[in-house]
Order: sequence, then C-alpha cells, then structure tokens
Amino acid sequence: MYLRNALRAATALSLVTVAAAQAETITIATVNNGDMIRMQGYTDDFTAKTGHEVEWVTLEENVLRQRVTTDITTKGGQFDIMTIGMYETPIWGANDWLVALDDLSAEYDVDDILPAMRNGLSHDGTLFAAPFYGESSMVMYRTDLMEAAGLEMPTAPTWQFIREAAAAMDNPAEDINGVCLRGKAGWGEGGAFITVTGNSFGARWFDEDWNAQFDQPEWKAALDFYVNLMNDYGPEGYATNGFNENLSLFNQGKCGMWIDATVAASFVTGDDSTVADHVGFALAPNAEGVEKRANWLWAWALAIPAGTQKEAAAKEFIEWATSKDYIELVAANEGWANVPPGARTSLYETPEYQEVPFAQMTLDSINAADPTNPTVKPVPYVGIQFVAIPEFAGMATEVSQEFSAAYAGQQTVDEALAKAQAITNETMEAAGYR
Amino acid sequence: MARSVSSRRKLINTGFAWAIGLLIFFPILWTILTSFKTEAQAIASPPIFLGFDWTLENYSIVMERSNYARFLWNSILIAGGSTILGLIVAVPAAWSMAFVPSRRTKDILLWMLSTKMLPAVGVLYPIYLLFIQLGLLDSRAGLVIVMMLINLPIIVWMLYTYFREIPVEILEAARMDGATLREEVLYILTPMAIPGIASTMLLNFILAWNEAFWTLNLTAVNAAPLTAFIASYSSPEGLFFAKLSAASTMAIAPILILGWFSQKQLVRGLTFGAVK
Repeated sequence: MYLRNALRAATALSLVTVAAAQAETITIATVNNGDMIRMQGYTDDFTAKTGHEVEWVTLEENVLRQRVTTDITTKGGQFDIMTIGMYETPIWGANDWLVALDDLSAEYDVDDILPAMRNGLSHDGTLFAAPFYGESSMVMYRTDLMEAAGLEMPTAPTWQFIREAAAAMDNPAEDINGVCLRGKAGWGEGGAFITVTGNSFGARWFDEDWNAQFDQPEWKAALDFYVNLMNDYGPEGYATNGFNENLSLFNQGKCGMWIDATVAASFVTGDDSTVADHVGFALAPNAEGVEKRANWLWAWALAIPAGTQKEAAAKEFIEWATSKDYIELVAANEGWANVPPGARTSLYETPEYQEVPFAQMTLDSINAADPTNPTVKPVPYVGIQFVAIPEFAGMATEVSQEFSAAYAGQQTVDEALAKAQAITNETMEAAGYR
Repeated sequence: MARSVSSRRKLINTGFAWAIGLLIFFPILWTILTSFKTEAQAIASPPIFLGFDWTLENYSIVMERSNYARFLWNSILIAGGSTILGLIVAVPAAWSMAFVPSRRTKDILLWMLSTKMLPAVGVLYPIYLLFIQLGLLDSRAGLVIVMMLINLPIIVWMLYTYFREIPVEILEAARMDGATLREEVLYILTPMAIPGIASTMLLNFILAWNEAFWTLNLTAVNAAPLTAFIASYSSPEGLFFAKLSAASTMAIAPILILGWFSQKQLVRGLTFGAVK
C-alpha cells in the first residue's frame, strides 16, 4: 500500500515537473486597438489550456513598426510573436525573417482563412502570418440624410454618385459636411486612401518596368476629383484629417458620408456614436467605366520572428488566437458584433454573424480586393493601398506629404504630381529597380 | 538702486506673466481634464472645457489593463540610477575642467555638447547591436547607462558653470591645510556647490524620466518605464484620447509633484551665479 502511494506520488510529481518544464512565457508585441486589447483580456483562457504565460508589449502602430523592425533586422530576440500587417509580411517572409506557418494543426483549418487574407500574408505560397482580423474599406453613410435628400445609395456606387450625394447632404448651416475623407500625410493614412482612389480611376504607382506613373492622366483625374470634391463638400482642414479625426466628425453627425476602413463600422454603430441608428453601408466607389473599386485590403496578423527560442509555444498561441474557438469565445462573452472580423470564411457562414449589419458588406469589400491585381493596368508589384517593397513606406510618406500640401492649397495638383513623379523615380533609381 | 515701478505697470506685468504661465501649462491642464471625460466627450467638436460629466472610468480601465506600479518603479530606477551615475562621473570631470583647465578644455566641452546634436535614431542600430552582444536589451542597467551617457554633456556643462563661480582661493586654502584631492572635492567643493548639484540632479532626473526614444526602443517587458506605458494607449484607429490622457496624467504626476516641491531649489540652482 505504502509502495503504491509512493509510486503514485512520484508519477504525479514527474508529470507536474514535465508540464512545468514545457510551460513557457512568451512575449508578444502588439498594437493598441479594440480587438487586440480584447484578446489580452482572454489570455487566461490560453494559459489554462496550454500552461504558457503571456507578456504583452502594447505600442502605438508606428512605434511598434519601428520597434519590431529594429528587433527583427538585428535578430534582437525581444519578441516571440509580432503583430504585423500585410505590408511587412511578404517582405519579411522573403527575407527569411519569419517562421513559416506551414505546419499548423488540422483542427486549425488553415483553409478556412479568407483567400484574400491568406494570399496577402503569404510569400511564394507559404503563409508567414496568421490574420487576427482583416479589413477593407467601404462607404458609411447617413441613411436619414440620404432619405431627406431623396436619394438612395446603390450597393456599389460610383464616384460621380458620391459627389452627387455629397452635394445633396452638404449643409454648412447645420455643420454637416457632404463627405469626410482622409487627407493626412503618411503612407498608411492619406497615402493609403489616395492610392486606392487612384486605383479606382485606373491609375497605378508603376508600370511593368518600375517607371513612376504620376505623370499619367489617370492620376491627374483622381487627384483633381478628390481635391474638388473635398474643397466643395469636405470639412475645413481636411488635409490634416486621418481615421480618428473623421471618426470623431462622423460620430458627432457632421459627415453625410465617410469612406474608410470596414473596422470603423463597429465604432459608428456603437455607443459613442450619436448617429448609430442611421448608418448604412455600401461598397467603396469607382469612377464610371473603371472596374476596380477604391477598397483596400489590410490585416493585422500574428507572426513568429525567426530565431525565437519559443517557437512551439508561439505557434500554440497563434493557433489559439486566430482559431474558430477564439471567435466563439468572444461571441459567447461579448456578442457577435465584437468578434474579430475579416479573417475566416466560417465566420461569415455563421447565422448569428450574418445578422450583424455590416458583416456582409465587410466580406464583399474584402472579396472585391485583389492585391495581385490592384488596378486596371498590369503592375509589377503586390499590394492595393501599398506597394510591397521595402522602399515604399518612406517614398509614399513623402508623396503623401506633397499631396497633403496640395489639399491644403499650398501648391497645385499639377505641382504635387510632378514632385511625386520625381520623388518616386529618384527612389527607384537609387534602389536599383530602374 | 531699485527702479520704482508703477502699480499699473506692475499689474500689466503680473497679468502678462500669468497669461504666459497659463499658456505653457494649458496642454497639461487639457490632458488632465480630458482624462476625466468619456471617449465621446474627449473628441467633441467644439471641445468641451468644463461642462462635462466627470468620470474616473478611464483611470479604472488603465489600472486594470496595465501594471502601473511596474512601469513607475522602472522609471524611478532608470531616472534615479542614471542621475547618480552621471554625477559620479561628472563631478570629477567638471572639477578638472573648472580648476585645472588645459589648452583643450574649451574644445572638449564643445565636443561634448556636439554629441547632443546628433539625432538619436542615427545611432540606434549600433547601440541596439551592442546591447544584444552585451545582453543588455530590456534591462534597467542598460537603460541607466544609456540615459547617463545621453545626459552627461548637460550635467558636466552645468556643474562646470557652477564650479567656475566658486573662488579657487578657497580650494587652494584647503590644499595649504593639507586636504587631499578627494577631501577637497568631497568636503570643500561639493558642499559649496550643493544648490548647483541639486538643480543638476533634478534637471537630469526630469530629462531621464521624460526620455521617450531609447526607453521605447531598448525595452520590452522588464525595463519598460512610464513612456512605454503612455505609448501603449495611443492608436491610429479608434477612440483612445481619454484613456491616453489618463495614462499621461498618471505618468507625469510623480514628476510634477517632485518639481512642485523642489521648485525653489531648482530655480535657485538654475540662477546660481547669475547675480554677483
């Protein structure tokens, strides 16, 4: 009897020891947004299932980008998982800076990831980051103002209709702007918006030989249209407005329309919005006769830097955080409107989620985006609101600064386009593309 | 002889000084006020100044989400450690420059200051690689060294200026009485320069407390100070201004309180030697 108890105790002790030896503490660098913060709140569920502890490093998006870039290029090893976007993933994957996610478990069901997301987060067909949530862009509009104007928003409007609707809803006396759009300098802010607007007018950043295309009529048409639309019906000082500024205006009822990230849908229909009950959604617009729409594609995804000592635990975390089970966990506790959107096909097949007002439009917008074929003419790059090359971030920030100066009336559209052409060609020559 | 100033002039000067003071203080006041608003009130246009429903919800969320005590402790250790280490290095350096100058002292002082003119990002990669090799990434010791090196030129310059105000004859008299170099610096020079040393300490502590480039780039979890705490509440997409303001208020509160209690010492030290 004594011997049996001793054996049991020894077995239990050895099991605990093995479990403790396998338990790791992983460090995750992430951004401060609603979905990521919510995930941090569920870390205990992951720890209970795996035994692994998690340390979070939450940073502002641009600080995070600089921080993780420094760490991964120097192999600093500060993070076991990094939250990165669609821009960095294929570039870092190509440089062998990320661990390939090609051995995820069968239960994870990697084929359930939306094809657009999977393609955007892969390099040469290998997935390097798992999407936590994805987004495109779409039109958010005031249904009450549209009704008062006697207009009906089509599911797939044109830019010409957007202008017509902006004119009808614009009411300076009531402090209502017909339309609110990003104009803030920065490749991920106004730069992203004007790039997709350009796509929807048939413009492109480069031809097949990496020659800049800002001297082409499509860019002139896109920029002229944007500047005239915003000067006529946009808010004062739109040249410095980004996502948050427009969110603030829309939530206070000061915009007839807002074209921006699909993730904004939950904000404009949430508790902080004064117009939550009067918001409709439509696909991002296109110019008449142009098949491509002004919708982008973005995902915040979880990736493992090459060289981490805790690869197995990191993979376990990624499988947990981007799984169907995690979506169900959030839905059970906080409702279907709060689950991370835009990553999995099965989410959009869930009847409860189909009842969320912006669900179908988000899916349609994501599906309408094609990173390998972003505009009408052929391009040598991948990416819709960006060009997936390392030089793009710096170059596009400079270009968007020139455009913002044109929005602010500090220079003409022609001058801004000429400078954009020069900046882009000089950068590409220096980098050896031309 | 003091100039007579009319009451009207005095009133105008006082009003002007208050206006400038309030203008400088306004961003801090605005941050504090915003921290008590809801997210919707924080982004209201036109902005709401006082007529809002005061709430402590943001502080509650920030305390729940972040380990404030850990960030605060790291800030205290990094700012305090770098200040003490900086003084240990700077006092002898400033002494030699002030009392036994060589032909190159002025050049060295200018060269030291010139290192402050280099943008920090220019040396990010070399420092980062060095930290990897030395195993100092995300360590408080590493941050203490970097903060000390960054602020050393300012400490040396300030101490040099204070030491120059002290009559060299007093030190000579001490030497005549048989004081060693160590005794001369410790028992004669240092007590006489206490106001200057104190203000240098305070200024260096404030600079190290507020530094937000190296502290963000060289830390992750273990050594992250309050600057990282603030950075975790900023976002390009979403409503965060009220929570960010609460985090900022919590981060600046200790240094504001320290500055408030030591303002007499700080002003005395900064104006040391201005009037002979």
